[in-house]
Formats: sequence, structure tokens, C-alpha cells
Amino acid sequence: MRRLRSSPAGLAGLLLVTAFVVLAVIGPPLWATDAARIDAAKILQGTSPGHPLGTDTLGRDILARVLVAGRLSLLLAVAATLIGTVVGIPLGALPAVLPRRAGRFVVGLIGSLVAFPGLLLAMFTTIVLGLGARGAVFGIGLAAAPAVARLTHTLTASVAGSDYVAAARMLRVPRRRVLLRHILPNVAEPLILNITMILGSSLLGLAGLSFLGLGVQAPEYDWGRMLSEGLSRVYVHPEVALAPAVAIMAAGIGFHLLGESMARIAARESRHAPTGPAAPAPPVDVPADTPSAALELRGLTVTFPGGARPVRDVSLSVNPGEIVGIVGESGSGKSLTALAVGGLVPYPGVVTTARLALAGQEVNRLSRAARRRLLGTALAMVFQDPMSSLNPALTVGSQLAEVPIVHEGLSRRASWTRAVNRLRQVRIPDPDRRSRQRPHQFSGGMRQRAVIAMGLMGTPKLLIADEPTTALDVTVQRQVLELLAEVTVRTDAGVLFISHDMAVVSQICHRVVVMYAGRVVEELPVQDLPEPAHPYTRALVACLPDMRTDRDRPLATIPGRPPSPVDAESTGGCAFASRCGFATPLCVTERPPLKEHGAGRRLACWYPRSGPVREETP
Amino acid sequence: MNITQLTVRYGAFTAVDDVSLDIPPGGAVGLVGESGSGKSTLARALVGLAPVSAGTITGIPVGHAQMVFQDPYHSLDPRLTVGASVAEGIRLPRGERATEVARLLDLVTLDAAVASRYPRELSGGQRQRVAIARALGARPELLVADEITSALDVSVQGAILNLIRDLRARLGLAVLFISHNLAVVRYVADVIAVMHNGRLVEVGPTDEVINHPREDYTRTLMAAVPGIGDGL
Amino acid sequence: MIARRLARFVSSMLVLLTASFAMIHIVPGDPIRAALGPTAPVDLVNQRRAELGLDDSIATQFGRYLRDLFSGDLGTSFTSRQPVTEIISDRLAGTLELAALAVAVAFLIAVPLGMLLAVRTENGRNRGSELTFTGVSGALGTIPDFLLAVGLVVVFAVNLRWLPPAGRAGPESYLLPVAALAIGPAAVLARLVRVETLRELGRDYVRSARAKRLPAWRLHLRHLLPNTLTATLTVGGLLLSSLITGTVVVEYVFAWPGLGSRIIESIIDKDYPVAQAAILVYGAIVLVVNLVVDLALAFLDPRSEIRES
Repeated sequence: MRRLRSSPAGLAGLLLVTAFVVLAVIGPPLWATDAARIDAAKILQGTSPGHPLGTDTLGRDILARVLVAGRLSLLLAVAATLIGTVVGIPLGALPAVLPRRAGRFVVGLIGSLVAFPGLLLAMFTTIVLGLGARGAVFGIGLAAAPAVARLTHTLTASVAGSDYVAAARMLRVPRRRVLLRHILPNVAEPLILNITMILGSSLLGLAGLSFLGLGVQAPEYDWGRMLSEGLSRVYVHPEVALAPAVAIMAAGIGFHLLGESMARIAARESRHAPTGPAAPAPPVDVPADTPSAALELRGLTVTFPGGARPVRDVSLSVNPGEIVGIVGESGSGKSLTALAVGGLVPYPGVVTTARLALAGQEVNRLSRAARRRLLGTALAMVFQDPMSSLNPALTVGSQLAEVPIVHEGLSRRASWTRAVNRLRQVRIPDPDRRSRQRPHQFSGGMRQRAVIAMGLMGTPKLLIADEPTTALDVTVQRQVLELLAEVTVRTDAGVLFISHDMAVVSQICHRVVVMYAGRVVEELPVQDLPEPAHPYTRALVACLPDMRTDRDRPLATIPGRPPSPVDAESTGGCAFASRCGFATPLCVTERPPLKEHGAGRRLACWYPRSGPVREETP
Repeated sequence: MNITQLTVRYGAFTAVDDVSLDIPPGGAVGLVGESGSGKSTLARALVGLAPVSAGTITGIPVGHAQMVFQDPYHSLDPRLTVGASVAEGIRLPRGERATEVARLLDLVTLDAAVASRYPRELSGGQRQRVAIARALGARPELLVADEITSALDVSVQGAILNLIRDLRARLGLAVLFISHNLAVVRYVADVIAVMHNGRLVEVGPTDEVINHPREDYTRTLMAAVPGIGDGL
Repeated sequence: MIARRLARFVSSMLVLLTASFAMIHIVPGDPIRAALGPTAPVDLVNQRRAELGLDDSIATQFGRYLRDLFSGDLGTSFTSRQPVTEIISDRLAGTLELAALAVAVAFLIAVPLGMLLAVRTENGRNRGSELTFTGVSGALGTIPDFLLAVGLVVVFAVNLRWLPPAGRAGPESYLLPVAALAIGPAAVLARLVRVETLRELGRDYVRSARAKRLPAWRLHLRHLLPNTLTATLTVGGLLLSSLITGTVVVEYVFAWPGLGSRIIESIIDKDYPVAQAAILVYGAIVLVVNLVVDLALAFLDPRSEIRES
């Protein structure tokens, strides 16, 4: 409620609806006499001091009548909403308790009914029940029922299918209790929210029927009927139509704003975003130039408004034909690093680099067109989810073929031939036929191959693969990894391979970069991976069981949890210090710089460890 | 628990096909297989969440087999406190429940103060511990763990695996541990069962299956498991 | 899937036929007496009863109803004594014309506008445009069609005198009714298109397409549009049926010679044969439109088969 008041739309909605309810309560006792007073001398007048909004056919004051009519409009809307929910909720709950077949029938029935417009149904009930408020209320109410039923059904189905209800059933929690404790509370909130909206639309629907002459009949009157009467006089006195129109609109918009704001608050409560003070800009540490590198990255920092820096001062390079792995846990900044290199960091993230060079060309110094072309042909990206990384609406072949069409001006036919060729290269069987299929006809592994093939359409210098095998089964994972390795050898492109899985990284990569809390903490050649120097890397290696792990000893673990991008630098020390078994006061106060640590290795730690991880007692 | 010729069908689709498997009291059986192999359906059938089309499950009374689910972010009711969730399976007089909840939370190495918090305030690893505590509340003889570490970071995975081993040792609990990761299963289980297309293709003591796999499919699976320093 | 959808269409049609037939039988009391009023002579009432065959058994009547329907005989109007088929065929074109124009206008406005706004406001960019758009479209979407129609008449016909307030004569007479019919659905649809486009923009295939550095037009028209359209139609197909029945209201306000204005007259006059037929025709149009939308979806998006199950 408090949050409702803090949003302008929610506040406006709340005020309008409250005003409407208050009017419905106090309107009739205050103005009923004025509204009913017939004055033959003042028939059909416009605005006058005694009658600010004019008079009707019997000389009655229109303003007073508008104020009185609010109650009937609200009562009818409440009645219609009641009918809608009383019919709709049980109907929607029915499929959950009925046997499968009967349940499916009810769901189908609800589906057909939802598609049937309310106005037609209302006209039907008015014919059957006779002209008047009763027929209109039944019509609008029954018309709302299928929507309520469908909402109830989808909500109950999703809650009833949830793991926590399965757990309760397993624990033999009685059926009635499952319904009361789990299903109803999780269904009630969105349902109540929706009923607010239905109340508003019933009000408008009823006003519409009265307006058409199918709803409230004389001598009763509601806003819809008053508007209809006003319409016939709109040429002479437009103001007589104004009051009922404004009243209808205010009430309709009030309910709409209220319902929508409540929905937005409910959606927001289920997640929360951390914010914090801005951190000072990090110093830039510049390693020596590698002229022929596929990728050269120095001083990459990604900043978000509020001061969160999920990636801080990251420097790394990838040589042609080399596969460099970035490992880290969720929140380490590894995926964002990949996106930043690809120029795909979403708004409002701000990317700064001291140097970002692709195949020797500084990307930020190129003209827009040249950058487009370079990134479009020399850089390829493979993402985690093979189910969604290809466009479901287009054929696989056309998605591949458009790269040379756009960047090389190649003809459609030549591009297509190349696409089929590349699909063959990634060992997709029958590539000619497959290129004309859409992605949903491909298996997960095949889609990932097709994405790799898409990266091969230009002249790839760097391939960025962000968790490309995480969503795949182990046997398929192995095939995709083999393909990546093969592609690297054949094209001499560099690969930046992002993964949370140390074992996968150790299998395919030549060099490994370990990230923690947005920074590189260690970099080492893959053959040194069994003997890393950073306590975090050592813990990552130790806590992962493999086919040789001693089954009689507990696995190594890392206590605590990784810091959020905002907290990470608040102490000024090493971000891992609080979870590290070897930390000293120095680690807490001063951050170790990333420095050379033996041949081809870099490390950011005050107290490097040595020796194989496996022999160490955890 | 003795599973005899168990079959689960959904319409024309046979998810679990004629599976027989013994889980001895206090034993740990690991079930491996790729997605769609039927391992999760088998697990759900054991705890009464999937319809058994044919075959029998004997040896453990109804309600004494409990399951922990893969996704700790959706397996706890967001509207219940941790304490209320954990208390669901406890069959004790009202007055003794709070102490029992504290004991269960302690078993999974969580602070008793966590009982008054909501799931959204906890990390993935903590939630998974709560889910385990909830299952333990029913004093089960068999705990079915279905991919319980695959939604967690590696550093947390180790702690959960240690917890499962620890609980086995302390409570004499039988465990059916399901995973697509053979290395993880090897670490937890005494017996490994390999599932493929709804059928059990190989069952045997862990070391035997790992070192001398009899079936081609098991060998393929083994070969695909990555290890540090293995190369492709 | 398509067979199942067709079966649902046929069964819905049967329900509609039964309902329109039953309508006259579930009216409490004597419908003929109600229609002709208490002063009508008994002979006339009996004549009308015989005309409608109300004295036969229900089964016979239903059989005759269906037979007549398929031979194009929908009875005779109580009030004008005109064959109902004639009334319908006179009026139907006006309604269909209005509805088709409004659907076209709504889509032509909503799709580009919604997509443009989505692209401009992705990830909370341009908060100002987003707030203006959601505010304006929310308000326009809430205003009921009858109110909008009245407002348009007051502003453009009464005050500014730019456009005719009623009737169908010349191209300019179409402007106000089509606007009254299209603005509301266009606003709702534009919001929907924006939400669906934002959802699609967050998917990996868009990231893949961006990584390929495609020109903006290619990214939006070729990659985004088909997916956005199918997603929008899946959710927004229902809007079309409410737009079609909206013609009832709009025709009433603008005295448009269509089926919609006739249906209201017939209900108020208790001219059952006309009301019965008009509801049947409207219902059939709605069912056909829904069927066409679903079939179009099945064709455009082969995944909708999966989505449904």
C-alpha cells in the first residue's frame, strides 16, 4: 500500500477509485432530491447559474443526476464482477481436480469461450432476460467469466506443477492443506489484482450497454444512459454530454491505473537490484604489446549506473590459433568481459578500455563502417543456449548466408553456396537439405554447430564462445569441443572460451585466465593448472571431483559466497581475502597487483602457493 | 528398496522401460544418463510423483522415500518461511516442532536463525540445504537426489556433495543420487546404474563400472567426462 | 494440430447455432406476445406463432431451423416484414468494410510504433519516451469505444466542423468511424508489440544477429519482425474479435448503415428473427476470424504446435 502511494500512477488510480467509492456512498443521500426535481420551465437547457451542466427533458439538474448515478454504476459493476468470479474461478479450478481427459475438455472450452466477445454475449442475455440492468449485468458478468477461468487455470496449473507442491505431496501433506497453504496464497494475489481490472472493464461495459439502450432503462439512470441522452443534444449543448463522459472515463482510468500499478509492484517485489556508491576509476596496468595477437585487451572496465563495476581493469591477449579460457563462478564478470569484447554490453553499462585490438586493429580508432565490417567478419560469437541463439523464424541457411551478403556484397547464390559449405565443414549431415530447414528442426548439438559455422562465414580472427556446451549433454559437449579445437587449427583464429567448468577449460584451452569479483586473479598455461599459485584457483581445482578423486576424503570447499560487484572493492584489499585460508591483515587492506609470476604466468596474490593441489590436505 | 520391472508410460511414450534395481538400506546408488534417458521420471516414480504403469516398488513404506529437486530457486514456496517449509514433513506434536526444525537445520549445517527467513533471502546453496532438511523431516529411509548440484556453482557443489556423504554416514540413509556427471556420481555412490532411452543398460559396483565398463554406451559416457589435465 | 483446431471451429459453430436457435425458446413467457405488445390482437399473435412454427416439437423446429438456414432462409422481420436474409445482405457489407479498414489501420499504426518504442527504450533507455508512450497508450486503450466515438463527434464534427458526424457518404465519412474503432485496439496492440519486441530483443538470436553487425533495418525487419508478429498475434488475436463487435457501438453513434446498428434496433423492438440472425452472423464472423488467426500462426510459426502443448 505504501509503495502504491509512492508511484504517481498508483496514487492517481487510488485517488480516483476512492473518490468514486465515496461518491457512490454519499451521492444519493446528498443530491437525490435535486436529481429528481422536475421543472417544466427549464426543460433542455444548457449551462446556467442554477444548473452548471444544464437540464434534461424534464428540467432535472444534470450535475445532480451525474453525482447520484455513480452508485448504480458501481453496484452494477460489482454485481457483474461477482458473477464473473463466482462462475470463472470454479470453472478455472475444475481442470485441476477432474480426470485428465475431462480436464482437457474444460480447458478447451475455456479457450473457445475466451475468444467470444463480451458484447455479443451481453446482447444475447439481454434478449433472453429482457431489456434492462439484469440482462446487462448477467451478460457482462458471464462475458468476464472465461477470462477469470483461464487466469485461474494457468495460475493453479503452474503452482500445482511446482516442485514445492510436489515436495508437499511427497511429505504426505493432506490435499486440503496443500490447497490452503501452497496453492491458494500463490494464486490469490494475481487473481485479486485481475479482479480490480475486471471491475473497471465491467463498469465500462455496462455503461456501453446503457449507452446503446440495452442496459439500464428509464426511470433508472446510470452514466451510460445519461451520455446517450446527451448525445442527441450534442449540437446544441455539448456540455450535457460532458459530465457523464468525464465520470465514466475517470472511473475507468482509475481502476486501470490502480490495477496496473499493483501488478507492477507485485512484479517488482519478486526481484531486487543492488545499488551502491560509485567507486573511483581503477588504475590501468599495461602489459607489453603483442603485435600479431588475435585479441589484445587492456584495462577493460564495465561500469553500471550506481557504481557497480562487474568488470575491473581486465587485460588479456589471445594469439592466433590459441584457445584462451576465462573461468570463474557466476558473478565473476567473465560473460560481461566476453560481451564487452564483442561490443554487446547492454545499456546502461559503460565500457572503457585502454586498448581493444582485433587482429592488430584498434577497434575504437576505426570509422563506424570499418568497425562494423571488422567486427562483422573477423569476430564470431557462440552463446550458451543453442535453443535460442538461432532465429526461429528464418532458415538456418539464410542466417548464415547474410553475413557475406551484408559485409562482402556477395550475391545471394554465392553466399548460400558458402553457407552449405560451412555447414558441411562443421559436419552437419546433408547440409544442402539442412540449410533450408528452420532451427527447431535441429537438435541442440547441431544448432551449436550451425552457430559455429555462422562464425566461419567471414574470415574469423577471434571466436568468442560463452559457455557454449553448458546446455548440452556430456557426449554432445565433447563433439562440440572437438569441433571448436579443429576449427581453431584450420582457421588459425584465436578463441576466447568462457566457462564455469574448470575441467572443460582444461580440456580444450591452451591458456587459462581466472576471474574473481570482476578482476583477473591468475593466468597460467593449461599444463600448470594442476599447480596453480592463487588460493582461489587452487580451491576451484580442488573442489571439482574428477574420475581420480579420492572417494574416502571430503571434497575441498570454499566457505562464504562471492562478493557482489559493489562490495568487492569496498575494503580496498583482495576481494578473496574473506574466504581465503591464508589471508593476513595485508590482504584485507591492500589489493595485490596482477604481476608476472614465472614464465607465461600472471598472478595477483601476496602469498603465492606452490606444488600440486591434489597432494594438499584441505 | 526393490524396484522390479518398473515401467512408466505417458500416452504412447515409454519414459521408463522395465527397470529393476535394488537399493540396499544405507546404500548409495548413483544413476547416470543423458537428458531424456528417463532418470528423473524413475526418481519421481519412486517417491509417488509419477504414475507407475507396470512393475512394483517394495521394501520402503509409502512416504519414507523423499526427493530433493534440481532447482532450489523453485522448490521452496516463496510465501513460507524456511521454518514453515522444513516443518511440513514433521509428524510431531506442535510444541516439539520448533526444536525439531532447529535440529534439522543443524543437520544440514544451517544456523537455527535461518528458520525465520524467506527463501528469497538465501543463496542457492543455502536453499538446497533447506530442501534437504525438509526432506529429512519425514525421517526417510531413502533420499532421492535429482541433479541437486547442477544449478549451483562449483564451489558450492563440493559442500553439498560432502553433506550428502555426511548424512549417509550419520543417519544410515540410503541414497539414490542422480546426475549426468559421472565424476560426481562416482564420488558419492557405491553402485552405479547407467540409464539410456528409458532402460538400465549397466549396473555394478562403482569401481567395476568405472574401470571395466561392459557396455559401449557406458564407455562413450566415460570417455566424454572431462578431467583436469586430460586433454581432448 | 490444424485438424484439432478445425474440429474446435466446427463444435463452436454448432454451439453458436444451437444458442441462436434456443434464444427465442428460453425467453420467459410468450416471446410473440412480448414482441407485439399486450394490445396486439390474438389472431396476429397466433399467425406469428404459426409463422415461426413455435407450436411444433423442439426437435422438429431445430431441424427446420437448420434446413432453412442452409437454404438461405432466415425468416421474416416482425417489424418491417422484410426477409431477414435481405436485411443481412444489405447491411453486412457496411460492417465488414468498417471492420476491415479499422483492423488494417490498427495494425499499421501499432506494429511500427510498438517496435520503434521497444528499440528506443530497450534496457531502460529513454525513460521519457517510455513514460509518455505507456501513459498515452494506456489512457487511449482504456477509453471505451462509445466514449471515443462521442468525443470524436464532439470535437471534429460539432466544434471544428471538419468532418460529417454521421452517415456513409464519400471517403471523409469513413474517417471518424474508423478512427473510433481503431484507436483503442491500436493503443493496446502497440503496447503489446512493444512488450513482445522487448522480450524478443533479450533473446540470444538477437545477440547473435548483433554480433554479425547487421544493419539496423535488416536486424529489425528480417530478424525481429516475424518473431514479434507471431508473438503479438498469439496474445493479441483476441483483440480482433472485440474490434469486430465494436462496430455495433460505432455504427450506432455514427448512424452507419451496417449490421451493428440494425442489431440494436432489433433487440429494442424485440424483432427476434432479425436479432437471432444478426447475432449468428456476428458470432460466425468472430469464429472465422479467430480460426484464420490461429491458422496463420500455425503457418508462420511452426513452434506454435509445441507452444500449445
